[in-house]
Amino acid sequence: MTRRHPSNVSHAGANTENATTAIQSKRGVPEGLWQKCDGCQATIYRKEAEDLLNVCPQCGYHWYVSAAQRIEQLLDAGTFEEWDTNLRPTDPLGFHDKRSYADRIVSEQKRTGLSDAALTGTGMIRARRVACGVTDSSFIMGSMGSVVGERLTRLVERATTGKLPLIIISASGGGARMHEGILSLMQMAKVSAALARYSHTRGLFISVLTNPTMGGVAASFASLGDLVFAEPRALIGFAGPRTIKATIRIDLPKGFQTSEFLLEHGFIDRIVARKDLKSELARVIDYCGG
Amino acid sequence: MSRSLYRLPLEKPIYEVEDRIAALESAPLGAQQQEELRRLKRELVESQKKIFGNLDPWQTVEVARHPDRPKTSDYLSLVFDEFVELHGDKAFGDDAAMLAGFAKLDNHKVLVVGHQKGKTLTERQACHFGCAHPEGYRKSMGKMRMAAKYGLPVICLIDTPGAYPGVGAEERGQAQVIAESMFLMATLPVPIVCVVIGEGGSGGALGIGVGDRVAMLEHAYYSVISPEGCAGILWKSADFKADAAKALRMRSQDLKEFGVVDAVIEEPPGGAHRDPRQMATRLKTFLVRTLRELVSVPANTLVAARYEKFRKIGVFIEAAAVGT
Repeated sequence: MTRRHPSNVSHAGANTENATTAIQSKRGVPEGLWQKCDGCQATIYRKEAEDLLNVCPQCGYHWYVSAAQRIEQLLDAGTFEEWDTNLRPTDPLGFHDKRSYADRIVSEQKRTGLSDAALTGTGMIRARRVACGVTDSSFIMGSMGSVVGERLTRLVERATTGKLPLIIISASGGGARMHEGILSLMQMAKVSAALARYSHTRGLFISVLTNPTMGGVAASFASLGDLVFAEPRALIGFAGPRTIKATIRIDLPKGFQTSEFLLEHGFIDRIVARKDLKSELARVIDYCGG
Repeated sequence: MSRSLYRLPLEKPIYEVEDRIAALESAPLGAQQQEELRRLKRELVESQKKIFGNLDPWQTVEVARHPDRPKTSDYLSLVFDEFVELHGDKAFGDDAAMLAGFAKLDNHKVLVVGHQKGKTLTERQACHFGCAHPEGYRKSMGKMRMAAKYGLPVICLIDTPGAYPGVGAEERGQAQVIAESMFLMATLPVPIVCVVIGEGGSGGALGIGVGDRVAMLEHAYYSVISPEGCAGILWKSADFKADAAKALRMRSQDLKEFGVVDAVIEEPPGGAHRDPRQMATRLKTFLVRTLRELVSVPANTLVAARYEKFRKIGVFIEAAAVGT
């Protein structure tokens, strides 16, 4: 199964396209040899950043990683078993904006190699078995429709029956997916209800927020961790910065809706650099009876 | 019948007939005028039926947002025998956009929570036009926990364009409170009945929308995103709000079809704003009937059924063969 994301797509907040790399490929420069850092704007030798788990060697900005890369970084090699790969999105509303949702699904699947914006399964973190879900911001902004909601709900239910610690790593700028309308909104309630049940069985849920975690994803499972971790300088919030600016018509404070902002306001337990995530997760699992 | 200052373009034919009726009634009536009056009154009913029976999605949004549409505060006085308001979230403040309190309905003592939009401009501003802040959701959660402690059923009246998007709201955890509220409601061991009475705007609506029964008034809407927001993102211009409203399938009949709402409560001719009393009577009938069904159900059974109700929502393809 191909799950690798094309390496030339970078993500900063709500941007889904990277014009620079697209032009580079056209010119015949080896794909993604260099990449502009969204944190410091420096041009970075990609290999060097990759060796640092896609973190800028100059400013420490955490770049996009695909869900598959995330699994590789986090779980013990060869231990991941993916669940519910047979679920596929469909177009229940017959949704059509400038193009049809049905077409959009097909092209996103082709472009990303993903069937939808989340993958789930089980694996080991330093020899501790966990249930693990990851959303991928490259697939329709990492938004949650029926498939993402169903995969995550089944993940939580299996973590409940299997008494496994649960880790969900969010990278969703899109929140609840508009194209599936009210069904997407209801996935927020569905996953949250599953988490409530899990919590009543004293299950440990660690939510890891990465760039970006917004809207309906932030307003459901991502905020419900017994522990909430965030990668540095990630964009995290409910309403998009543009929506807020349009509503209140003032300039937003510096560092608004970043991990550091949320930590300061009391909504995050720890900011954890990517290189430390695996060991930090293992450590807190041990405290909570894992 | 109320005569509104706010007239939607779609209501124009109705108001024209009404104006003719008013003109006739202002003078002494002969037999011929009596006959004409009867004819006009029939025409009025027909016209209301025709227009409100065929609202397009955007018109539905307009009706749901009509300034004269009955609000949570109207239903509190028209549906319930008593309302004992309870303020404050015991942490930050008292959000006027979220009302909460004890109320009596039929023979039941209940807790009511609901979004409040306000009537006068001052009230509307104080309520942020029905957009609650985190302290609003913390208030409703606090009162719901108390309702659970004393075995009171909870009634949620949903009417919000969305949770407030602002700096303070983000600083105080708008995303977190909505998530926590759904989490709480999912296993609250008392009956919960939710009714979308006007606008069911996204997470702000769902934040008090997890219940054993979810109903909508006929011309309410309930959507993942506002039509303007959706048009701005997908069409790159809010001018396409009517297209977005259509694409999002946000009307009561759509939600009934998707199995997201259990019941649609029919509105009086010309919409709830034309006859708030009749609307309130219908809402009351629904609430009383629903509570009678739910109060005898053991809490465990109730919570298990509530889980299943939300668990089954979602449409996807499940291929028989595992793997890709």
